[in-house]
Amino acid sequence: MTVDVFAPWEDPTEKPLIQFKGVTKRYGSFTAIDNLTQDIYTREFFALLGPSGCGKTTMMRMLAGFETPTEGQILIAGQDMAAVPPNERAVNMMFQSYALFPHLSIWDNIAFGLRRMKMPKAQIEERVEEMLRLTRMTQFARRKPHQVSGGQRQRVALARSLARAPKLLLLDEPLGALDKKLREETQFELMDIQEKTGTTFVIVTHDQEEAMTVASRVAVMDHGKIIQVATPPKIYEEPNSVYVADFIGDVNIIEGAAHKTSEDGYDIHWAEGQEPIHAKTTTVLSEGQKAFVALRPEKISIGEEKPEGAVNAVKGKIIDIGYLGNISTYHVELPGGVMVKAQATNTRRLSRRNFTWEDEVWLSWTLTAASVLER
Amino acid sequence: MKRFTWFNATSLTLGFAFLYLPMIILVIYSFNASKLVTVWAGFSTKWYGELMRNDQMLDAAWVTIKVAVASSTLATILGTMAAYVMVRGGRFMGRTLFSGMIFAPLVMPEVITGLSLFLLFKPIFTQMGAHTIILAHATFAMCYVSVVVSSRLVSFDKSLEEAALDLGCTPFESFRLVTLPIIAPAVISGWLLAFTLSLDDLVIANFTTGPGATTLPMKIWSAVRLGVNPQINALSTLMIGVVTIGVIIASISTKRAALRQKADEQAAAG
Amino acid sequence: MMRRLFLISVPYLWLLALFLIPFVIVLKIALSDTALSIPPYTPQIDLSAGWEGLRTFFAALDMENFVWLTEDDLYWKAYVSSLKIATISTLLALLVGYPIAYGMAQAPQEWRATLMMLIILPFWTSFLIRVYAWMGILSQEGLLNQLLMGLGLISDPLIILNTNTAVYIGIVYTYLPFMILPIYSALEKLDASLLEAAEDLGCSRFKAFWLVTIPLSKGGIIAGSFLVFIPAIGEFVIPSLLGGSSTLMIGKVLWEEFFSNRDWPVAAAVAVVLLLILIIPIILFQRNEQKQREAE
Repeated sequence: MTVDVFAPWEDPTEKPLIQFKGVTKRYGSFTAIDNLTQDIYTREFFALLGPSGCGKTTMMRMLAGFETPTEGQILIAGQDMAAVPPNERAVNMMFQSYALFPHLSIWDNIAFGLRRMKMPKAQIEERVEEMLRLTRMTQFARRKPHQVSGGQRQRVALARSLARAPKLLLLDEPLGALDKKLREETQFELMDIQEKTGTTFVIVTHDQEEAMTVASRVAVMDHGKIIQVATPPKIYEEPNSVYVADFIGDVNIIEGAAHKTSEDGYDIHWAEGQEPIHAKTTTVLSEGQKAFVALRPEKISIGEEKPEGAVNAVKGKIIDIGYLGNISTYHVELPGGVMVKAQATNTRRLSRRNFTWEDEVWLSWTLTAASVLER
Repeated sequence: MKRFTWFNATSLTLGFAFLYLPMIILVIYSFNASKLVTVWAGFSTKWYGELMRNDQMLDAAWVTIKVAVASSTLATILGTMAAYVMVRGGRFMGRTLFSGMIFAPLVMPEVITGLSLFLLFKPIFTQMGAHTIILAHATFAMCYVSVVVSSRLVSFDKSLEEAALDLGCTPFESFRLVTLPIIAPAVISGWLLAFTLSLDDLVIANFTTGPGATTLPMKIWSAVRLGVNPQINALSTLMIGVVTIGVIIASISTKRAALRQKADEQAAAG
Repeated sequence: MMRRLFLISVPYLWLLALFLIPFVIVLKIALSDTALSIPPYTPQIDLSAGWEGLRTFFAALDMENFVWLTEDDLYWKAYVSSLKIATISTLLALLVGYPIAYGMAQAPQEWRATLMMLIILPFWTSFLIRVYAWMGILSQEGLLNQLLMGLGLISDPLIILNTNTAVYIGIVYTYLPFMILPIYSALEKLDASLLEAAEDLGCSRFKAFWLVTIPLSKGGIIAGSFLVFIPAIGEFVIPSLLGGSSTLMIGKVLWEEFFSNRDWPVAAAVAVVLLLILIIPIILFQRNEQKQREAE
């Protein structure tokens, strides 16, 4: 059975909605965006992920028109945006602070952008009511922004920016001000609304879980460059660098020298006198090249005895146990002092668990469990 | 919860007694029947009556109010513009000079400001009068207005203006529809400040006035230089009364607004 | 772009025309000579003579007025006495103002807005009237003397009005809010747990006040002191109403030079020197403000 997967970026005939072409942005001697080229497609939910100061907000503000590129071009629907001021762009933004006008009611906040379009009054009313329904804010329409809760404010901000039916909606850390539980609920709501309205969303966030949950593609940024763009599963399972592997989720990084054993198989010699790590990878490495093995903790099995026929098995000692309820993380010291984290699901009650501190255990993983990275 | 300690209560009582007793005494003695201000000769409102019949004094009051309204309106427009330039103007040529010129009048002795403006106006205007006082007051009051307004603008969330642009406003519309309504309280208090500064000013007005334009402070000045004057006590009482009522109303209404906001926020959070 | 230019240029040009240019004129006239003409000084710029006219104009400017200021000891005595009166008044205002600011900062939360309003209220009432109010209190047959004699503390009335003491009282009284407000805002920000920490670490309460509260309110003290000191130097109304003929203050000298003697060049020279004296405290004040802002 084939499912029609949404992946316009793999279709060479598809025209991108947004094109960054060699865009550089400098503030004095500081380079915020460094020669960046990237396409974003219609109906995508595109996440810009990175630590603060990586340039993700600058990228978004250039799309909104609040910043202009120092070099390069930004095209939206094929049109060069350089000379188009923010108020004439078919782009709307949801601000991190929500930026709701405190002197206007929620109804008037949503109608604000429509009034600027010189829309007939009856149509404005209709559209505002529609937006209120979409965000479930109808009963609060007459209130002022400070008279509703944080989560409701967030929904008003969303309704206001969607009211003008923009081609592109920018969301700047949209859920940053909400607490964890509300944030998770809202993430699904956002995805729902994005699907219903068919708008292209670009979201800026520093929260990797959020990016992974909502986005069709995630761009991991650092120092003004995009390090990797891929779908959430791909970025988690096949990071292209230690930086990405480390930024998304928990990972063990083991450094060693590569030795080719077959077409796509490598041995990574990581410690003197130890069996090398056997791994399968598409990465092409030269003989003896420095390489990094990125191994997710949940992909490591932990056992009392050496498992039969395991490709990779290594003995270590439990130094620390982090109990998280559903799972436990074991910090295991390997010979030579390398620390590795391994996760196991707690299928049994605490009293019946078999490992404790200072226990000698065997860690094992498969040939394809780890990624081998050049940098 | 903090409570008043003995020491704090004493220092506050003495402090406020020092600040308010002279004015209270002034108010009490404005109802003194005796012309000798230091001798109490019974309650009387005759000085108020005399004040009301003093045409010169009423004329001066009228001139003062006209000057104050005109100059403070001018100062508010200029000062708000200046504040906007200072906070949102970005970099431009001569920015340091500009901020210096905004700041300097706040600490400039009035005698210097007055003298310099006199020397400027003298060759330009054939006659000085209310119009020159208005120009002079607008100039130094605009600096006060810009301080009040820019302190509000600094705490103003810039993304509100960006949101307005994002939703299709031109920069001017964004100022008119979003910025101005939000900073309005600061603009109004700037205007009030400029208004009182103008009402109050003796020195600069005295330098920049001309025949026929005598303001109330000038009138008071020439009366009190000769000593205590019961009519001036009556006038002072009226002025103190107006200001006190105004300030109390203003502070009660801001306090109410703050309480309402707090209640709303609690209701919204709960 | 045009809009931004307009927005910048209107207040800019206004201040240039009505603030900066007047100072250039003051400087020019300070370098001119007094004359019995209209206007009462020479030289005048003769624009019809063109370049030559400007040359002769600049050649005729001299430092004569400034030399005059150093020769007649009235002027330098007035400057010194202004500085002295401003310094003493500032110290007195600090002594009076600090306990009030401290009391306000320590007051229960619900009282503070009211106390704040009570401090600001006098600021909105006429300055002239507030100074005038003291005339009836301090005069020889005034209320203060009546009270003291009534209590039997003194037998002869004290002479306070028309002395420097009255000027000190006047300055402290009128500028007190300027001293209190910055100190109060510094003290209000002070975290009460700091004092508890100091006591916990072995300070007595007084020592904790001296070692924690005072240093942390330093910015407010400095700001308040400058806010009193700077306007006090050039003060005119207070020495004229409350001071006597022996009270020398430079603002008063300038006023008399201008209005009574009609000597514009000397008045302008007095203003220039006063400005030069004020530049140092003004710069120091602005530095302090900058430092405060950066600290926040």
